[in-house]
Amino acid sequence: MNLFNIIDEIEKVDPEIHERLNPRRAAIKNITSFGSKVALAAMPFALGTMFKKAYGAASTTDILGVLNYALTLEYLEAYFYNQGTASGVIPAANSAYIAEITDDENKHVTFLKNVITSLGGTPVTSPTFDLTAGNNKGNGPFKDVLTNYTTFLAVAQAFEDTGVRAYKGAAPILLGNQVVLTAALSIHAVEARHASAIRLLRHDLGHDANIRPWIVSTSAKGNDTGVALIDGNYAGEENVTQGGVNLVTALGVSTGVATASFDEPLTKDQVLALLVGSFIVTP
Amino acid sequence: MKTETNLETGGVNMARRSFLRYAGAGAAAVAVLGASSCRKSDYYPPTDTSTLPHIDIGTGDIGILNYAYALEQLEAAFYLQVIATPYSGMSSIETSYLTDIRDHEVLHRDFFKAAIGSAAIGTLTTDFSSINFSDRTSVLTAAKLLEDTGVTAYDGAGYLIQSADYLTIAGKIVSVEARHAALISNLLKAGSFADTDQIDQNGLNKSATIAEVLAGANGFLKTKVYATNFNYPKV
Repeated sequence: MNLFNIIDEIEKVDPEIHERLNPRRAAIKNITSFGSKVALAAMPFALGTMFKKAYGAASTTDILGVLNYALTLEYLEAYFYNQGTASGVIPAANSAYIAEITDDENKHVTFLKNVITSLGGTPVTSPTFDLTAGNNKGNGPFKDVLTNYTTFLAVAQAFEDTGVRAYKGAAPILLGNQVVLTAALSIHAVEARHASAIRLLRHDLGHDANIRPWIVSTSAKGNDTGVALIDGNYAGEENVTQGGVNLVTALGVSTGVATASFDEPLTKDQVLALLVGSFIVTP
Repeated sequence: MKTETNLETGGVNMARRSFLRYAGAGAAAVAVLGASSCRKSDYYPPTDTSTLPHIDIGTGDIGILNYAYALEQLEAAFYLQVIATPYSGMSSIETSYLTDIRDHEVLHRDFFKAAIGSAAIGTLTTDFSSINFSDRTSVLTAAKLLEDTGVTAYDGAGYLIQSADYLTIAGKIVSVEARHAALISNLLKAGSFADTDQIDQNGLNKSATIAEVLAGANGFLKTKVYATNFNYPKV
């Protein structure tokens, strides 16, 4: 099989094949509006199944599913920080620091809504949230989340670290989609920056003297936050085997270094099981 | 077509076999991507760069893994030097953080070497002559550059990866690099963990092409890294 010749064969009936396959081509590099970029994301799918394997392409339905799932998580984070800002729980000395994160989360909501709409989908509406994790009763285990800054930052850390895991777990569904996957990875990186920043803040404020900007698990427990209620959010972070290589036995590092060097994914089902019925009110 | 069957030959243990089981599919897939940017009718062979000392990352998913391996080699070498010759006034908590990061980057480096196996590029020779390792600002500014570049590199190359397993592994590493990047930024300037130099107007981390990243990274390398199958150097 000669794949180069296949391209030439297609070119005979579709002179635009090169541009379709590679959105970076000069012919379209000047299209800079966001809507156009997203429209390009859907283009490879128009080629049909021939390149399905090459692009590992998911259906538009699958992509919209991931995006609406991501939007749901961003709604939660944006609501959390917006409520925190409005409540006065954030001390003045940290207001700019938290405002940076709040601003990013609100932008993620707007961005994902625009992407979904641009791809012909309908953005989901925001669920109802209970930031105390009380499933709409308002008296859950984090009932002082908007009055006690220590609780607020502990919940913030759980949301950010879980957000990182969620985007990571969804990425393979977007395999090969240059625009949407790159956007998802780029939000993923920002959530990780936030997670690092919240962890540093918790350390520097003395909320947790041992917390690091990265997740340092033990062989018995993924959760390094000292908050047992969120053990489930860190389950699996204790993994030390990557790509078939046991980092501890084969490469001789400690469990702490092995776990901190790699963040672990969660599936959509795992993430929703952690949130629905507590922070996300059961529909 | 040529496949990377050499990966399945002698000396490759079972773990590595498992890790690389998608290598063949990856190579085939990237041939399509390569073809898309080099149609037969206007394809020109690369200019002869063979006389310059360089290492090429290769093709397909292995090429992307080698790209990551090259960047992790660079980061590991940098932090090994940072800890070996601490800048004046390095606080105990800074020493602790930078030692952690050194350990993470060394592990990333060693992991890629083990995982890629016989298809791995060789050991790179670094050139940090532009960095003053006794000066905090010089060191942290270089650290920020390396970490930010690492994040933009993984984010920008993710779509080129054909194997879901490799993509997940890249994802596992890039979020740790982003954690490093945010910390280093905060050490340089409190609250700068997601500043406009790295985050765009949509709240997204910036991303960069292989060509953009290598053009910068090669400034720290005596042995230059090329990616001729990914448009670097440009022909």
